[in-house]
Amino acid sequence: MTDLFDKHRHTAERHERMLSLGANAVGLTNDRILSPTRAIIDGRETVLAGTNNYMGITFEADCIAAGQEALALYGTGTTGSRIANGSYAMHRELERELAGFLNRRHCIMFTTGYQANLGMLAGLAGPKDTIYLDADSHSSIYDGCTLSGAKLVRFRHNDASDLDKRLTRSEDEGGGRLVVVEGIYSMLGDRAPLADFVAVKKKHGFQLLVDEAHSFGVLGKNGRGLADEAGLEDDVDFVVGTFSKSIGAIGGFGAGNHPLFNMLRYASRPYMFTASPSPATVATSLAAVRKLKAEPERREKLAVNSARLFNGFKALGLALGCDAVSPIVAVNCPDEVSTIAMWNALLKAGVYVNIALPPGTPGKQCLLRCSVSAAHSFEDIDRIITLFGEVVAQGHYKKAG
Amino acid sequence: MSAGEDTFTVLCQLLEPFNTAKIALKPGTDISADLNIDSVSVMDFVMEVEDHFNIDIPLNVLSETRSIADLVKVVDGRLVKG
Ligand SMILES: Cc1ncc(COP(=O)(O)O)c(C=O)c1O
Repeated sequence: MTDLFDKHRHTAERHERMLSLGANAVGLTNDRILSPTRAIIDGRETVLAGTNNYMGITFEADCIAAGQEALALYGTGTTGSRIANGSYAMHRELERELAGFLNRRHCIMFTTGYQANLGMLAGLAGPKDTIYLDADSHSSIYDGCTLSGAKLVRFRHNDASDLDKRLTRSEDEGGGRLVVVEGIYSMLGDRAPLADFVAVKKKHGFQLLVDEAHSFGVLGKNGRGLADEAGLEDDVDFVVGTFSKSIGAIGGFGAGNHPLFNMLRYASRPYMFTASPSPATVATSLAAVRKLKAEPERREKLAVNSARLFNGFKALGLALGCDAVSPIVAVNCPDEVSTIAMWNALLKAGVYVNIALPPGTPGKQCLLRCSVSAAHSFEDIDRIITLFGEVVAQGHYKKAG
Repeated sequence: MSAGEDTFTVLCQLLEPFNTAKIALKPGTDISADLNIDSVSVMDFVMEVEDHFNIDIPLNVLSETRSIADLVKVVDGRLVKG
């Protein structure tokens, strides 16, 4: 008999190796969360610089009150799917609010951001269609593509001419064509060159989906994401986003203007065959969307904080994931062992960042990934820079590449 | 030399940068398991193959392509089609 776990032995060995270096970077526990930017970890108060809590919105009194009220009025869970007993007036209200925020005719919410990608991709594309996806796409995009059964063509990261070439090769195959890119890429913080992709769209004709998971609420005059920032919203057919970052909750959405958009509710298995988000989650998300609209200064503060961290790291001579300022500032490290050592040293000194190791990273890079929050003070940002400086001075870091 | 052998030689050359353990390549070599190459690197390798031959190898095809010989068949099939 073949043990089904045999294939995971390699992972177990790698995990053991990490533990032997004195770090459990993938099993960290926050003992208490004090605020959007502070937690108690291993008994120490720690500055959180890897939470994706871009708007710093997880402890807002009105959001919490809205969640508590919904919990009391509507109970702990919906115990059903949106197409059965799980649609409440508040689910519809949140979808309408989001459609308004995004300036799109239609919006559908999903139980997580992961499921939003599964649901949109598998709802839009089928076995006769082709999906062209960026090589560095998030796993939820890969999984949604697989679930769709569509033909999958991977193009080089952020390379519109590579996409052009691949579209040309498969010009006459019939079926729909969907191109998928992300607003801000989660590992390196780089944006998709949207204007280049739109030019290719005008040449070949396809439908375009942008996953704005890390850019929704963050980029653009209205906080609608990269397409808003780039002034290209009319050229984007479908937007995907999540509530787990700038909204500070859990859930996801897809939006668009297509007259048949709502048919996805009857075609998308990740929408139909899972329970709808709980009342408390919907209520806090709704309050948070309204807050994003009412308080654009959060976005401005985030941009200022992001630039401060980015420039501070540059001044230390660190190799960064990309040259544009975004709330994701990733430091490229030489190898796995030194990355784990640095991560550990930073945590002991009181700052938590994400660690990202191959194969989950572009180009096999070892990354210490920071995400900035509007709730960080300048002192917080400066402390993060100082601690990175000290870790560099301790000799853990040799400039990579 | 048959077309099959030609393609095999080219694939081995393209595979070399990914074959960090420098394992001897045979038609039956399992690209992922025998060479201990992760799934992302396999996709990156296939992208090089696509560019070299100017063909598309959709990701769906990869799930049934394990050995170098399997990939030779895929490439030759697509070259004929194109
Ligand atoms: C680009 C991208 N899309 C989708 C998701 C999934 O969102 P969630 O974690 O809310 O399920 C994430 C983050 O996890 C992401 O980075």
